[in-house]
Amino acid sequence: MAKDFDPSGRVPDYFVNAGTSSFTQFLTHASPELLPGRRPLPPGLSGDIAPHGTTIVAIATADGVVMGGDRRATMGNLIASRDIEKVHPADSYSLIGIAGTAGIGIELMRLFQVELEHYEKIEGTMLSTDGKANRLAGMVRGNLGAAMQGLAVVPLFAGYDLSATDPAKVGRIFSFDVAGGLYEETGYDSIGSGSLFAKSSMKKKYRAGISTADAIRLAVEALYDAADDDTATGGPDLTRKIFPVVMSATANGTHRLTETEITAVAERVIAGRMENPGG
Amino acid sequence: MQFYASPEQVQRDRSEYARKGIARGRSAVVLTYEGGILLVAENITSLRKISEIYDKIGFAAVGRYNEFESLRRAGIRMADVNGYSYDRRDVTGRFLANAYTQTLGAIFTETQKPYEVEICIAQVGSSPETDELYRITYDGSVMDEPGFMAMGGQAESISNVLRERHDTNADLKSALHLAAEALGTVGGENGQTRTLDAKMLEVAVLDRRRKGRAFRRIQGTSLLTLLVGDKDVAEKDLGGVDAAPPPPPTDKPTVSAASEEDIDDQVAASDPTEPPDGVNGDGS
Repeated sequence: MAKDFDPSGRVPDYFVNAGTSSFTQFLTHASPELLPGRRPLPPGLSGDIAPHGTTIVAIATADGVVMGGDRRATMGNLIASRDIEKVHPADSYSLIGIAGTAGIGIELMRLFQVELEHYEKIEGTMLSTDGKANRLAGMVRGNLGAAMQGLAVVPLFAGYDLSATDPAKVGRIFSFDVAGGLYEETGYDSIGSGSLFAKSSMKKKYRAGISTADAIRLAVEALYDAADDDTATGGPDLTRKIFPVVMSATANGTHRLTETEITAVAERVIAGRMENPGG
Repeated sequence: MQFYASPEQVQRDRSEYARKGIARGRSAVVLTYEGGILLVAENITSLRKISEIYDKIGFAAVGRYNEFESLRRAGIRMADVNGYSYDRRDVTGRFLANAYTQTLGAIFTETQKPYEVEICIAQVGSSPETDELYRITYDGSVMDEPGFMAMGGQAESISNVLRERHDTNADLKSALHLAAEALGTVGGENGQTRTLDAKMLEVAVLDRRRKGRAFRRIQGTSLLTLLVGDKDVAEKDLGGVDAAPPPPPTDKPTVSAASEEDIDDQVAASDPTEPPDGVNGDGS
């Protein structure tokens, strides 16, 4: 674990000193090999060596945010996974979804989760929503080298803003580009291969101040539309009972819809499409 | 000018120095109860003596603030590095106790001035029997304490009170009363007991029923209710994780990311007329 072993058995100085409250910054001293973005890659494109995750949607609601993701990961023309989970809680009040190279995305997400919790424990207070988004942007930027060789990963970050003064703006959504650019989105956003279709779907039905329940339905509809037109996005799988992962973040914390809850919503969406395939 | 001091003399001097420093400060107690582990420190400042280290692990310390604060940071860093490179379940109290004992032992023998601290690493288990309490002292000795411990000035007399009355099946309210009374038995004028109020106590629990992060601070009205009120505080009202803000205006419980599963239980237990979190009854 420690880079150099002190025969006295004392933990190395960089563990004890006041230094930084950031976990990633700490790792650059303690265990740089655990950090992504520092591994040399052979020249050339490597995009097709690992599975890719696809569509994520996020919607700002009256009480916070809702985020949903389909369950498919692809490798070229193959389906690498039918039940990958790409939407996770980042901390008690925010959510992160990932699209792009799944392995790098999952590592980024885990590191980001520890980063937020670590700051919370060291400082005894939570990072601001903008602080969290900036931190994540920095981590995406660190992956630029790999991204240029085809191993790109782009997250979507959304959270309930505890310090919001305007009650209409408690739900906030941030998108990123591969170079680490950070953009705050209004209302809704989507990333991944099916995002074009998901965004069009949400554009027609989104209204400011939408309720959480309506937003959940809207997210599942948008993912259905994405799956309808994009081969890399998975639709609801009735035979295996695999439905999108949908989570909400409100003043009460984060909540992942249970099997029963999401099944009910997905079945209602499918029933609607039976009558009108266009939704 | 003295040219030679025997190693025994040097060690004795350092011990005495450290013990004196620790005895000047206010005390802290850690004890198990039916619902988890209770950590209570007498503390009138906003600087903290009690902290979360990891999911099931808490930290309490007495002595010099700058010294135990750096140890606390080291603990969180070690735990997070291990949990990140292996798995959350692989971070144990024993691993941390070992790291602390090595570090404090090395500091005691190698440096001019030993650390004037005494720390407790508490790991909550599924039952009081599986709880682990480690006391690590300034010289690096580590003791596995049986269900309760007191640290700081006049720890011995506080320990005696705890030894007589500690009950692993006690509820949170009686455990907190015992802790406050035990801390109040020392430090009064002419050996009289003191009554410690909510402002003088820093209180936290490691809740054994919580999934994920078990550490919760008890402060504000919940602490007041537990200390002076006649009714118990429901588990869900104990307050959020360390960093959570004051509870939102609605009286719903604050839920951490790590304990999503708890929501269903809490929703079930709350007012049945209240719509459950997430999807409405009609699924719209």
